Amino acid sequence: MDIMWDLGRREREEGVKMSAPMPFWRAAGMTYITYSNICANLVRNCLKEPHKAEALNREKVHFAISTWKDGKAEKPVIRSDLAED
Amino acid sequence: MFRHAAKLLRRPVPTTSPAASAVSRRPFSSDLPAAETADPAFVEAWKKLIPNIDPPKTPLSFMQPRPATPASIPTKLTVNFVLPYASELSAKEVDMVIVPATTGQLGVLPGHVPTIAELRPGLMSVHDGNDVTKYFVSSGFAFIHANSFADIIAVEAVPIDRIDANLVQKGLAEFTQKVNSASTDLEKAEAQIGVDVHSALNSALTG
Repeated sequence: MDIMWDLGRREREEGVKMSAPMPFWRAAGMTYITYSNICANLVRNCLKEPHKAEALNREKVHFAISTWKDGKAEKPVIRSDLAED
Repeated sequence: MFRHAAKLLRRPVPTTSPAASAVSRRPFSSDLPAAETADPAFVEAWKKLIPNIDPPKTPLSFMQPRPATPASIPTKLTVNFVLPYASELSAKEVDMVIVPATTGQLGVLPGHVPTIAELRPGLMSVHDGNDVTKYFVSSGFAFIHANSFADIIAVEAVPIDRIDANLVQKGLAEFTQKVNSASTDLEKAEAQIGVDVHSALNSALTG
């Protein structure tokens, strides 16, 4: 597109870098949220008891994913960290 | 056909009203005054028509207005430190806060220039007089506003006395080994993140 000639003008003409270098995790295909969640999990795993147990308990999730096909709900997939009874 | 489009779009547009020109010359959002909570013309008209009932409130009237940027630098910094599950510090007045930004340790004093900083896993310290409270932050953001308010949001933050040094050492050894033995890019990245976080935890405990 002709309108693209102007983008990055300052980068080209003045040699100024307009964006920070890409972090290694983004270069490997990871998003910021995934990176942030991995960091948080690692920190939680390094806590002393009982804080560690509280933190891991706090992060437990339980949800059901239902896909719909032809106007009907199919069997939901349940993802759970709680004990299955 | 559109070669000159960018140039044409950038030329000054003749403004049709004072309001339009005010909007086009809008200052940065760190300098904006707080929005009006109620439209005075509407309130006037309501009172004339229905003097007995209070005029209806709009959502904006329930919001607390942004505290104005004071003319002289305030003596204290107001810190809001929040986690997804709890509010660690809520409008606490402190002297200084040092946050672990990706660009290095960022010391925030009252009157700091408005900044948005991405945080890396590291040590955050809150200084109030002679008290220093240290937290280890896993990652997050710090927003410092022109009116000496600092909003720090973290995904996980713990006071450093809750960190177990043995687990940190074990984790560091485990991930250093994983970095060497990792095969795919993603595995390498995950192992590298592990090494970064554990070495930050280590230096937080020792430093």
